[in-house]
Amino acid sequence: MDGNADKIEIPSNTPAIVRELTERLNINDFTVQPTLDGITTVWLPRQNLRATLQHLKFQITSPYLLLFDLTAIDERQRTHRHALSDSAFTVVYHLLSFERNDDIRIKVALNEADLSLPTISDIWPSANWYEREVWDMFGIVFEGHPHLRRILMPPTWQGHPLRKEHYARATEMTAFSLPDERQEIEQDALRFVPEDWGMRRRSEESDFMFLNMGPNHPSVHGAFRIALQLDGEEIIDALPDIGYHHRGAEKMGERQSWHTYIPYTDRVDYLGGSSNNLPYVLAVEQLAGIDVPERAQVIRVMITELYRLASHLLFYGTYAQDVGQMSPIFYMFIDREKVFDILESITGARMHSSYFRIGGVAMDLPQGWDKRIREFVNYLPARLDHYDKLVMQNSILKRRTQGVGAYNTAEAVDWSVTGPGLRATGLAWDYRKARPYSGYENYEFEIPIASHGDCYDRCVVRIEEMRQSVRIIAQCLENMPEGPHKAHHPLTTPPPKARTLHDIETLIQHFLNVSWGPVIPAGESCVTIEATKGLNAYYLISDGGTMSYRTRIRTPSFPHLQMIPMMCRGMMIADLIAILASIDFVMADVDR
Amino acid sequence: MNAGLGDAADIIGILVSTISVSALLIWVERRLLAVWQDRLGPNRVGPLGLMQVAADMIKMFFKEDWIPPFSDKPVFVLAPTIVFITMLTGFAVIPFAPGVGIIDFNFGLLYFLALSSLSVYSIVLAGYASNNKYSLLGGLRAAAQTVSYEVFMGISIMGVVMLSGTFNLREIVEAQRDGWFILPQFFGFIIFLIAVIAESRRAPLDLPEAEQELIGGFHTEYSGMKFGMFFVGEYLAITLSSALVVTLFFGGWLGPWLPPLLWFCLKTTIGILLFILLRGALPRPRYDQLMTFGWKVLLPAGLLNLLVTGAVVLSLHS
Repeated sequence: MDGNADKIEIPSNTPAIVRELTERLNINDFTVQPTLDGITTVWLPRQNLRATLQHLKFQITSPYLLLFDLTAIDERQRTHRHALSDSAFTVVYHLLSFERNDDIRIKVALNEADLSLPTISDIWPSANWYEREVWDMFGIVFEGHPHLRRILMPPTWQGHPLRKEHYARATEMTAFSLPDERQEIEQDALRFVPEDWGMRRRSEESDFMFLNMGPNHPSVHGAFRIALQLDGEEIIDALPDIGYHHRGAEKMGERQSWHTYIPYTDRVDYLGGSSNNLPYVLAVEQLAGIDVPERAQVIRVMITELYRLASHLLFYGTYAQDVGQMSPIFYMFIDREKVFDILESITGARMHSSYFRIGGVAMDLPQGWDKRIREFVNYLPARLDHYDKLVMQNSILKRRTQGVGAYNTAEAVDWSVTGPGLRATGLAWDYRKARPYSGYENYEFEIPIASHGDCYDRCVVRIEEMRQSVRIIAQCLENMPEGPHKAHHPLTTPPPKARTLHDIETLIQHFLNVSWGPVIPAGESCVTIEATKGLNAYYLISDGGTMSYRTRIRTPSFPHLQMIPMMCRGMMIADLIAILASIDFVMADVDR
Repeated sequence: MNAGLGDAADIIGILVSTISVSALLIWVERRLLAVWQDRLGPNRVGPLGLMQVAADMIKMFFKEDWIPPFSDKPVFVLAPTIVFITMLTGFAVIPFAPGVGIIDFNFGLLYFLALSSLSVYSIVLAGYASNNKYSLLGGLRAAAQTVSYEVFMGISIMGVVMLSGTFNLREIVEAQRDGWFILPQFFGFIIFLIAVIAESRRAPLDLPEAEQELIGGFHTEYSGMKFGMFFVGEYLAITLSSALVVTLFFGGWLGPWLPPLLWFCLKTTIGILLFILLRGALPRPRYDQLMTFGWKVLLPAGLLNLLVTGAVVLSLHS
């Protein structure tokens, strides 16, 4: 970039941010791609990537501070593609600006012979794991990355699973066997070697102890390993090791019809149930151009908030339990069971109801649905007050959690923290308020915040969120509109059936959409929601088929875990347990 | 007085009853916690689930008694017996009622302190011999915690000794005819209570095993009857501690209308229930917080209590 270059001509329909980038950086290689989701999408050449991202983060007014997502697309079998994506792989950087309330998506095209990019893990610390994931899944090298190793797949894995040539099903392979020698090799590969991660085995004063916490440990909430470098009980450093819960959810998205993928989403954040369905069906509806009727929207909000209650109640109980308080979890499980009773009577299932459908919800509310909800809405706030006395006002618990695992807003944003963990630092940013979806603009509720960003405050925020959820549910209860629970659109699932026996066209349409599934028009769409644990997004790419071409699931827990070493250095083991409890993660939400 | 009280029948009677009470406590604790936590608890085996104890014992006896190949075997095997034996022998000096007991030592209180110190070895050795990092951390915590809380325990009961002028537990009970020591020695009682909880490693001060942090701490590697000994040892410790709290602060067997033995058992039962309630209600402090609390709060408070008691006793005598 030399300052005296020729003036660049900018087309008049260019978005303001691209115009600004072009002028400031004096590069005219930006190409804007129109998308359905309204996110400014810019293609740029590899050599401009770092300068552009640095500019977006540090130099412009109202910067894009949050690295929302970093992923890749294998474009080689795609038929409906953008003119610039004639290359083999595209790496996608998705940034978010709180001040602008705006997103930008940066795309870089790579050809197969040279799959490498400069790392941005020095610009955003949270990019570290995202880049490892992209390397693991696609084999794209990030030059300058400190530890470019496999993150979700076992270290011995051959190939890169999200490449199109990689098999997706066990039936595509010969039968699996694990002879003893193979098992030895696999186990050896999992052995934690401190030197690999730049950790020393001893200091001048003492030898360090390395403790494998997990993958099976009562307080890591799933299959999750943290290798700890300890001096006595003090944590010198920690290394979270994830991937034990990886089930290839994104790969399965490419092998399931748009409709049959819905149950898989339930199992991503398995405590959030149908609130996982929401971003997925919203994204599909955006691709298909389906308008969801008002009643379905209100039902969806109500179910999502009920699941938020269920998830937060479980968090609250395990939080107290991990700090060593034995009883609260039982009280909260009883309340959670009441939520599940309601959900079961509406959706037919407790935890994984898969209740949402493309275009609406699976079935209308049952008769008398409001009775139980009304009882519950009147019941829970008093219980929460009771728990405040039992848990939050307990002085031992306060001493265990106040000032422990604290981070400020800037650190949180740097590490891509979203949701209650971000609001606990004092930033009142809730997706439901900032960019309402499913009619959230019609509800009265507040964004609970706290100021210290420590373990205690993260719990305070979630408790207040429960009260707000109860408020929202009460509003759904009083204002449930009449009307259909599903859109009348040929691409909804299951498709409209009323006229199938009257004319052959409807019958054919119905038959095809049930057997193959609907054909969703080609396009790209990304929908984010405020899920139970933070921002959850589905970035869907349709190639005009009955299955998704690429399903990217951006989950909140993934970056949250990456922050653990920074939160627990210099603390004690007991503090780490409190920190883990306060993050509120689910391993399926991390590993997918 | 420094004489044996009981004959062989007494000894066997007390031995059997303390062990069965401790075993029964497994059921009592589970049922009580369940009631307080809006659950049912074990209610399937026998009437009210009472036979759960038998079922648990059968299970424990028939479990594989695994000794980890990487452990220090003799120490590993020896460790659980220490806590069991020390806690059991501790009952020898407990004055159940006039004439009921095993032995009447002049230094009964010191004998108890000595035994409770010995029981620490069990935990520390178990943690060390297991050759497991979690166990080691548990053993470390146990060593620090119990050694320091012993100090506060000793200091806290010196007030009682001053008031009664003896280390003999029976004479301490007799000295409370005009009023239980809980009133003049309230602070001593509080400190003693906290110290015995820490000594017996009961929740909320169960840091050496801290299930959520150290998986099981010192007994992570133990299974079968060796684990069972730690388990019963803990309940023995609760019973012993309650009996001692009753003896020192609540007038032991003293009380109107009912026979002395019944009074003693009744008071001890209430003490045990208090232990269980504490476990159900409170979260666990952090290791360094527990130590700070001990040395910076309990120790000065204990010393102050001692000073004030001494001054009062002196002024009353002169």
